[in-house]
Amino acid sequence: MSEILLEIRNATKTYVQRGSKSKRQIVALENFNLAIPCAPASIITIAGESGSGKSTLANLVLGFTKPTSGQVIYQGQDMAAATPQQQQRYRREVQAVFQDPFGVYNPFYRVQHVFDMVIRNFRLAENARQGRDMIEEALNIVGLHGEDVLRKYPHQLSGGQRQRIMFARAYMVKPRLIVADEPVSMVDASLRAAILDVMMRLRADGISFLYITHDLSTAFQVGDQIFVLYHGAVAETGQATEVIRKPHHPYVQLLISSIPDPDPRVKWQGTVDLPPEEEMRTIDSPGCRFHPRCPQRMPICLQAAPPLYPVSTDGQRAACYLYDQDVKRGKLQA
Amino acid sequence: MTRESRTPVLEVRDLRIYYETPKGDVHAVDGISFVLYQGETLGLVGESGCGKSTAAMGILQLITPPGRIVSGQVLMDGVDLLKLDERTLRQMRWSRLALVPQGAMNSLNPTMRVHQQIEDVIRQHQTKTKTFDRSQLKPRILELLSWVGLPERVYDMYPHELSGGMKQRVCIAMAVALHPGVIIADESTSALDVVVQRVVAQTLLRVKADLGVSMIMIGHDMGLMAQMVDRIVVMYAGRIVEIATVEHAFRNPAHPYSQVLIDSVPTISERKPLKITEGITHDPRNPPHGCIFQLRCPFVMERCRREAPQRREIRPGQEVACHLYEQQPDGSYRDVRDTA
Repeated sequence: MSEILLEIRNATKTYVQRGSKSKRQIVALENFNLAIPCAPASIITIAGESGSGKSTLANLVLGFTKPTSGQVIYQGQDMAAATPQQQQRYRREVQAVFQDPFGVYNPFYRVQHVFDMVIRNFRLAENARQGRDMIEEALNIVGLHGEDVLRKYPHQLSGGQRQRIMFARAYMVKPRLIVADEPVSMVDASLRAAILDVMMRLRADGISFLYITHDLSTAFQVGDQIFVLYHGAVAETGQATEVIRKPHHPYVQLLISSIPDPDPRVKWQGTVDLPPEEEMRTIDSPGCRFHPRCPQRMPICLQAAPPLYPVSTDGQRAACYLYDQDVKRGKLQA
Repeated sequence: MTRESRTPVLEVRDLRIYYETPKGDVHAVDGISFVLYQGETLGLVGESGCGKSTAAMGILQLITPPGRIVSGQVLMDGVDLLKLDERTLRQMRWSRLALVPQGAMNSLNPTMRVHQQIEDVIRQHQTKTKTFDRSQLKPRILELLSWVGLPERVYDMYPHELSGGMKQRVCIAMAVALHPGVIIADESTSALDVVVQRVVAQTLLRVKADLGVSMIMIGHDMGLMAQMVDRIVVMYAGRIVEIATVEHAFRNPAHPYSQVLIDSVPTISERKPLKITEGITHDPRNPPHGCIFQLRCPFVMERCRREAPQRREIRPGQEVACHLYEQQPDGSYRDVRDTA
């Protein structure tokens, strides 16, 4: 087995909600496990609706928050016990690209400034000439040229160009992993392809991605492995194309069938009802999180959270009692 | 519905809306014309900044400085809305022409309960023919809430107690409160999760069918457009480049820009190579001579730089503004690329 680049082991993050009468612990992420191998580089998609815990996961990996329990392990080192040198290296090798391609820029500085800052902070270049070459190389990787963009201000560029510059900036530091939190959701459809293409090119260059999105169609186009989260827990995981083609978890099935089909001849079938209100998950509510909405719920679903059951031979797993051997057999007998 | 029997409910003629900047006017909406027919859903699509939301605000006359309506007409039942005084307009809004705003999350007043906000709309905008007295208000609001699939409890709730999808449905309830003839939905589902988006979209369609209203849906999600609309208006840089039935728009889009839009729709049925289009756009203060799309068009010809193409109906249900389509002596159109 190849070496592991980043491992998340049993990560749980809870937030305390203080009400007027009581204190509740809200679960944002529960018992999450993930291992990204050193090679080959891959695009790992974390998908889910808002509040599913996908941004909490990004924040854990980027070190913006600490897990309540569990570990983030980078190349064998638990990051909670890392030395300053190890942390510095981690911050260099794990880069981030965020959702809003405008908010991350200081509108008063030209694009050049973004690159100058990286070179200075990480002491990347020995002299100005080397620095210029590095910038040009990084821009070329994302399909841009220095002369076209460096002298411009952020507002003079399209959202797609701004986002590609962010990938170029991340690339300059020669990271092993890029956490991309919804990098295309604020970019127009006609320009999205260019950004996804950059991700694929960087993957070919040996950089892995933690691609956080709610858009399953882009995950289908470029993703390798996928984790679909529901209320902080993994509902289903496997190869992105397989999970999307053949979802097994009832939530993932509902999710996939709700993606509007860009074909006017294929209309949505039936209607969906949402529960009148979504209860926030607290630490002490047992059972499957999807139970209140599930069309196939069973009594067992309320007893304990379902583990991930294998549903295919190629590693696809779904957290649903429908795939429990005993439950299956029990059903057959009944 | 046959083409001849369609009755126009709203007609926009040569509408121009400019934004003033220190370096000259930005032509946000630059002479657009289209018709909305009785009972139809018209999709208005294009990338951010193409002027689709500005066009909607112009129709409702909610343009604020530095924006201004330069010229044009917005006709509803033969009356030009742009010529009405503020008082008459106020009565038109919501009672005849309603808006489901972009980002409904932030368009509700956080300090007012849901029922107070809906009451407010009804009281402020009711006309002589559509009046509700106090005793009728509560049952009417509860009826509206059940229409959009919300429980009665919502009546007394504050916006922060509702989820995004619920707030969006409150906005739909407000929009239909006075039985308007036309609803304009501006990106009304774009910030929602897919399952919730589907619920809201289906609510909109159902309410629209129940009331027999016409709707203009603004958005950039082509998948959603395919599911919801009858015809599509494609805008690029302030102008309309194509108007087509949803079937034509998806199966044989005519304008090169519409083709880019359709090609870049991600699907989950097959993995296909990414189609990359470079987004060089012109300075919006200084649109180029001739065709508006010439800088990005893969098929640009010499003629495109000289003269702006007029919009012509190249086949029933499909109008396009592009020099690639040339009229033949028999009146039909052919694609000039076919002979090359």
